[in-house]
Amino acid sequence: MVIYLSKEPNMCLAIPAKVIEVDEALQAGKVDYLGTKVKANFALLEGVQAGDWVIVHAGFAISKLDEQEARETLALLREIAEKSEPAGG
Amino acid sequence: MKKISLDLGSGGKSMRDFIARTIVPAFENPVLAELLDASHLPENIAFTTDSYVVDPIFFPGGDIGTLAVNGTVNDLVVSGAVPRYLSLALILEEGLAWDDLEKILGSLKKAAAAAKVQITTGDTKVVRLGQADKIYINTSGIGRVIARPRPELIRPGDKIIVTGTLGEHSLAVMMARGEFGLESRVRSDCAPLNFLLPFWKKGVFWMRDITRGGLATILSELAERIPYPILVEENEIPLSRAVRGASELLGVDPLYLACEGRAVIVVPQSKAARILRGIKKHPLGKRARVIGEVEAKIGRPGELLLATAAGGLRLLEPLTSELLPRIC
Amino acid sequence: MNAYRDKKVISALLKTIGEKAKSLPTPCRIMEVCGTHTMTIHKYGLKKMLEEIGIEMVSGPGCPVCITPNEIHEAAITLVTRNEDIILATFGDMTRVPTRMDSLQNTIPHRGSSIRIVYSPQESLEMAKQKKEKSVIFFGVGFETTIPSIAFLAKHAAEENLKNYSILSALWLIPPPLKAILESGEIKISGFLYPGHVSAIIGIKPYEFVARDYGFPGAIAGFEPGDILLGISSILDQLKEGKPRVANEYSRVVPSDGNPIALRLMEEVLEPKDANWRGLGLIPKSGLKLRKAFENWDAETKYGLDIRAGSDDLPGCRCGDVLRGLISPTECALFGKKCAPDFPCGPCMVSFEGACYVHHKYRDLNSR
Repeated sequence: MVIYLSKEPNMCLAIPAKVIEVDEALQAGKVDYLGTKVKANFALLEGVQAGDWVIVHAGFAISKLDEQEARETLALLREIAEKSEPAGG
Repeated sequence: MKKISLDLGSGGKSMRDFIARTIVPAFENPVLAELLDASHLPENIAFTTDSYVVDPIFFPGGDIGTLAVNGTVNDLVVSGAVPRYLSLALILEEGLAWDDLEKILGSLKKAAAAAKVQITTGDTKVVRLGQADKIYINTSGIGRVIARPRPELIRPGDKIIVTGTLGEHSLAVMMARGEFGLESRVRSDCAPLNFLLPFWKKGVFWMRDITRGGLATILSELAERIPYPILVEENEIPLSRAVRGASELLGVDPLYLACEGRAVIVVPQSKAARILRGIKKHPLGKRARVIGEVEAKIGRPGELLLATAAGGLRLLEPLTSELLPRIC
Repeated sequence: MNAYRDKKVISALLKTIGEKAKSLPTPCRIMEVCGTHTMTIHKYGLKKMLEEIGIEMVSGPGCPVCITPNEIHEAAITLVTRNEDIILATFGDMTRVPTRMDSLQNTIPHRGSSIRIVYSPQESLEMAKQKKEKSVIFFGVGFETTIPSIAFLAKHAAEENLKNYSILSALWLIPPPLKAILESGEIKISGFLYPGHVSAIIGIKPYEFVARDYGFPGAIAGFEPGDILLGISSILDQLKEGKPRVANEYSRVVPSDGNPIALRLMEEVLEPKDANWRGLGLIPKSGLKLRKAFENWDAETKYGLDIRAGSDDLPGCRCGDVLRGLISPTECALFGKKCAPDFPCGPCMVSFEGACYVHHKYRDLNSR
């Protein structure tokens, strides 16, 4: 007997999730994704702490968000948008 | 041997084809052929029926009892009738906990009072353990017709309003199934839409409650009925943060998720602002928004278009296959 | 976050890209090899907006469900129909891929066996621990983003000496098919958009051969519309300057060296193998399999499976050509007529990351 849902859960989360709980012994914990909390495995990253932002894929955190780089990319995008505004706003 | 698949009950194209090709021809009569949410009978009586097989029977924000009243009440409201009386048929599985049944009866009572309907007749059947899943409910509803949906009056420029945030019911039920290991604050939006009744006299052309198939499916159906395309603005769709997060985690698109206390309404352009203000005055309509309009310049008749958040344009397809079994 | 999807930002980026594209001698065709990129490009209507400014996006072999050939699906079906007391734990999409033996979803398992959908690979391990009387087989399919988690499962199972757990693996590497596509020379592309999260694992180096040996530009990009456009913009810069390289336009997530812990784990548990890709055929060292030390947890060895290449696609199905970037899904005669998400003829229409599914679900107005 097959039990299924037609829609596949999103394995690849495009937006970072915030780490809210870390169990160092288990190398796992919980992340918050826009208010929904889900378990995540931190075995692939070092030194994950509550407050970090991570990319979660298939239940595993695979990368930590580099906040400095994130700020720089955002600033770049905003600059591009401002430069292209016609003169006089 | 041909067999019934789950798709047939999904609210998507398979189900609509089934109704159009199998059910309607079998019972050939003009009232059924209209396929309104509630049929309009002589002497201003509206009549509707719905069965409820939601799994699980209890979920954040409601239970099968709450659904059984509100679902049927809402079908009457969106077809232009004031809900008055419901029948209540219970199919119980042997072994169902008495406490669960009591809770559900309590919910039925509370919901009926809130929707100002009386449950005046009913039936109870019990089947052997394993021959039903805990409890199935059917409610049929009778209402007094006060208006008729007039989709034939819809013109380009007319506005499309949704009465609140989308997808809460479906996600609440999915979470309650406990399969995904997610914790969320999403609660079912199950509620009676009686507060929309006065707007029938204020110029509303057409209303539908946003159930199986979600907003995209329901607007696709409307687009097929009118000679103009419909344009939806992705940025205007009201979604709670909880639904945004949970739906992305689960890979489901909120435009296809069922609600049980939200309606989509088409209103004349000139009256849209006033109607919207009126809806927002009610607690259940606080997050109502204009999310689109009937188009004239882009697209073809029968098309449902989406202006994406990034400024692009694409077609919005109706739901075809089963997204979530037993959501209502 | 909103800046990545802001209309003003997107429109400004498109303008910049449009200007850069105009100054190029030939029309620009960029191949992406990531299902999530395919989805984002279509979902936001970017494809059409890019076409209007002279950029054509081509979808390559970026969907792991799609490139897994039928013989592996048939192996999964065989496992569950010929063995008792098996639980085949799998992701949902894998169950709907049609093969000559029908699909997993329509398979009637042998006595005591069942197929269970899981949402994360770890669930399969937990299942094995909880149901000692059954043998759990995890149907593990994925690229480098998923591979480390599968390696983790195998290592964990071995450490705990779980006797009732094994993995039927279909593990694919992204760089080798890029080489195969470049070598074949059968399609014209100007550059590559590299997958953001695969790159978070493997870093920049594995793509460098594309620029160095073949002279093609490329950019690693994230998954917001803004990210994709930044990637495309970088590719156009490289074309203009005549200086192909691997640009990291997703530096907030992708470290240059990737994820060393994940890479070490993969090295420890897995080894390269020649693998048969749907549509692309046999590509040397393009897949991974469990090392001999882990063979007790390799379903192929444990159950004596003899998986041989050569199981055909369903008649008329052109998934193979779609995966090579040879045709667009809409050019397949079955698309939208005999093949649609409700009645798929091939995996590209089954998987929500498959090019055919994406084209169908997010149809743009050009495709009527």
